[in-house]
Amino acid sequence: MQSQLPIYPDQASNFAPQVDSLMTFMILVSAFFTVVITAAIIYFFFKYRRKSQNEIGAPIHGDMRLEVTWIVLPFLLSMVMFGWGAVVYVDFRQPPSDSLDIYVVGKQWMWKAQQPNGRKEINELHVPVGRDIKLILASEDVIHDFYVPAFRVKMDVVPGHYNTLWFRPTKPGRYHFFCSQYCGTNHAVMGGWVTVMEPSDYASWLSSSAEAADADPILAGEKLFSEKSCSTCHVGDGSGRAPSLNGVYGGKVRLADGSTVTADDSYIRESLMLPNAKIVAGFQPLMPSYQGQLTEDQILSLITYIKSLQSQPVPVTGAGVVPAGKR
Amino acid sequence: MATTTTAPAYTMPRDHYLNASYGIRSWLLTTDHKRIAWLYLIAVTFFFSVGGIFAALIRIHLLSPNGLLVSPETYNKLFTMHGVAMVFFFLIPSIPAVLGNFLIPLMIGAKDVAFPKINLLSWYVYITGGCFVLYSFASGGLDTGWTFYTPLSSVYSNSAVAPAVIGIFINGFSSILTGINFVVTIHTMRAPGMTWFRLPLFVWAQYATSIIFILGTPVIAITLLLAGLERIFHLGFFNPAMGGDPILFQHLFWFYSHPAVYIMILPAMGVVSEIIPTFARKPIFGYTFIAASSIAIAVIGFFVWAHHLFLTGQSTYSALAFSLLSYLVAIPSAVKVFNWTATLYKGSISYDTPMLYALGFIGLFLIGGLTGLFLACLGLDIHIHDTYFVIAHFHYIMVGGAIMGYLGGLHYWWPKITGKLYPEFLARVAAVTLFIGFNLTFGPQFLLGFMGMPRRYHNYPPEFQVLNVLSTAGASILAIGYLLPMIYFTWSVRYGKAAGPNPWPATGLEWTTASPPPTENFEVTPVVDWEPYDYKNRPDLGLVAPVTPLAPAHGDD
Repeated sequence: MQSQLPIYPDQASNFAPQVDSLMTFMILVSAFFTVVITAAIIYFFFKYRRKSQNEIGAPIHGDMRLEVTWIVLPFLLSMVMFGWGAVVYVDFRQPPSDSLDIYVVGKQWMWKAQQPNGRKEINELHVPVGRDIKLILASEDVIHDFYVPAFRVKMDVVPGHYNTLWFRPTKPGRYHFFCSQYCGTNHAVMGGWVTVMEPSDYASWLSSSAEAADADPILAGEKLFSEKSCSTCHVGDGSGRAPSLNGVYGGKVRLADGSTVTADDSYIRESLMLPNAKIVAGFQPLMPSYQGQLTEDQILSLITYIKSLQSQPVPVTGAGVVPAGKR
Repeated sequence: MATTTTAPAYTMPRDHYLNASYGIRSWLLTTDHKRIAWLYLIAVTFFFSVGGIFAALIRIHLLSPNGLLVSPETYNKLFTMHGVAMVFFFLIPSIPAVLGNFLIPLMIGAKDVAFPKINLLSWYVYITGGCFVLYSFASGGLDTGWTFYTPLSSVYSNSAVAPAVIGIFINGFSSILTGINFVVTIHTMRAPGMTWFRLPLFVWAQYATSIIFILGTPVIAITLLLAGLERIFHLGFFNPAMGGDPILFQHLFWFYSHPAVYIMILPAMGVVSEIIPTFARKPIFGYTFIAASSIAIAVIGFFVWAHHLFLTGQSTYSALAFSLLSYLVAIPSAVKVFNWTATLYKGSISYDTPMLYALGFIGLFLIGGLTGLFLACLGLDIHIHDTYFVIAHFHYIMVGGAIMGYLGGLHYWWPKITGKLYPEFLARVAAVTLFIGFNLTFGPQFLLGFMGMPRRYHNYPPEFQVLNVLSTAGASILAIGYLLPMIYFTWSVRYGKAAGPNPWPATGLEWTTASPPPTENFEVTPVVDWEPYDYKNRPDLGLVAPVTPLAPAHGDD
């Protein structure tokens, strides 16, 4: 059965054609060298086979021109491989700014995804075609890896910090995703399906769920924010002992040591876990660590809530964000 | 072609290292490097068999998409124990500790290694480490993957991790001691006239390998010790819940384990560099380039480790630097391949078994090396990292390269080691069987990887089945290829024909003494006054007439 052996996996993202052209180039270069060397060995093997018992070979010791050629030529070719590969990779590691952000949490042995409106899925991921998608990856336990062969992308999911993975689906359909970093007993079944939908279908899918409304992650985050007493110090009008979080997300924050840092998901996560790692200029290191007190889901809810404060007015004093770098 | 010589029937020498003394004590307490090589030969063959049985079970299990044989837990233990047994207890010691131990003193014209007692100690250290690991296998097994990634290994795994990391920690000292022994031996014990650039290329390769042993092994020892301490005493080195960094473990692990790949392949390259000139009967092409490339690989090999971490979230700049450096380490390997091929030009090539292994090695190493370029390519690694493509790539290097080299070397030096010939026809059949079986086993895995099958899966989607069945079919051919030499080598020790001192003939110093050699290796300390791999000026080999001073030259040197 032909369909049993699809040598060529689907090409369903912006990266798939890029990775495949790179693959083709590498295969051609490798095939060239493999054929040349193998042909030379086979030719010499028969051409110069021993003809009499006492025959010896010609006393050739080397040739400097040949040595230089076969050092320089492979070097140049390998630099092309390096450069081309680097171009694709650098693009892959820099998500576009206006992406659709979806949180994905891996744990032994399942995947949980959370859409921007709070809709949750398990071992499923729905995305609209043609839109830049950014997955923010977190792990509850060991290292996992989110891998979609049809998109030609993967990224490790490492406990303790966030990795991001972006792609732009180009073809509607259902595609396998796998866990690609060995994570224990049921590693092989820790996978699922990505469903790429037309944008209109995606929009109606997104709003169709009953749970979406009552699981609004912003509301959940706001609730946590007061339950965990964050709101005691982080007061919106800048009058608290800690910086106001209004407008912080995505902005620049000036630190006590004079440097600045972009307030992205990783920064916020780090501030929760290791609050003394980066102290905002003008504030005291008073915050306790929340290490071990929040689940990955709760951290994500808090981040979503802080993200929702992006549009709130930034106070003149007591702001966390650098006013000049306003977004 | 039949074997080259219709030689006179040799008889075994009257006194040699094998019959110098008898009894179990004379072996277990020996300080003769040749007997220690035997101790290692038996031990590594044992671990190879253990690892091989695990591999066979893995391939049988993967015949069906749902898994045919074992539970997920057991499957995970099988591939972990396969990796640990093969990497740490077979591949790393195989050529250095068996062939290197036997040959280095003989090749440089020495009576023994510099520290014979330490040499015996390294074997006992290896066996002690091996016992801990076997204890781990027997008492619950090990399911962390041979890479021991944290926090899986240090916190979450329920298997016998602690004895395994202790075993590998102990075993590391065996490598370090062997490395020091070889470096000192090569520096201080060369016979008169054996200059650095007259050294056999096998010795150069062993020297480069020993450098990695000495510099790299302490790092893996420390790394696994930290993981063990984290597991036993709950110290937070790598566990993020305690403020540790799981990626730090990967940096430390690969700082050793990538150079360890060169520990496995460099000695095999050394073997091939010996075999090819012997069976082409001409000097090796570009001696200095091959020697220097061994050192270059050993040195640059220490600066490429983070190419295993392109997708862990490490900085883009770091990824760029490590990709570039990984391409640089490929150049010296390419230089070797080109030089070996050029050596065949205008040779007098025979089809003896070691040559079949050496040529097979070039072909398989070529594919293994080139596919390494795919993985070093940042853009491509996004797709093929942690898939079967990686599995296929490193088996081409470690099995196609290192084991073909090891078997080629065993066949080449077997007459020297035992004084006996093995059945040539059967040996050629085995070599060809191995080559075919190997390609059928691991070739389809490149495709599986490109199609997206992740590694370490106990079951898989049905679209991957055809290629998995092909791979298992290949593995059964491969198994025959491994069993044959085990059988006829064992047979030949007792029943093989006496080989004579130099059956091929070859130019190295080890071939100027009896087979098997006497305990003190040489009757008198040899003096070297010839260049390596020179057949033309070696009338003592019986191939060319002695040069008469007045002979008119019609040649054009």
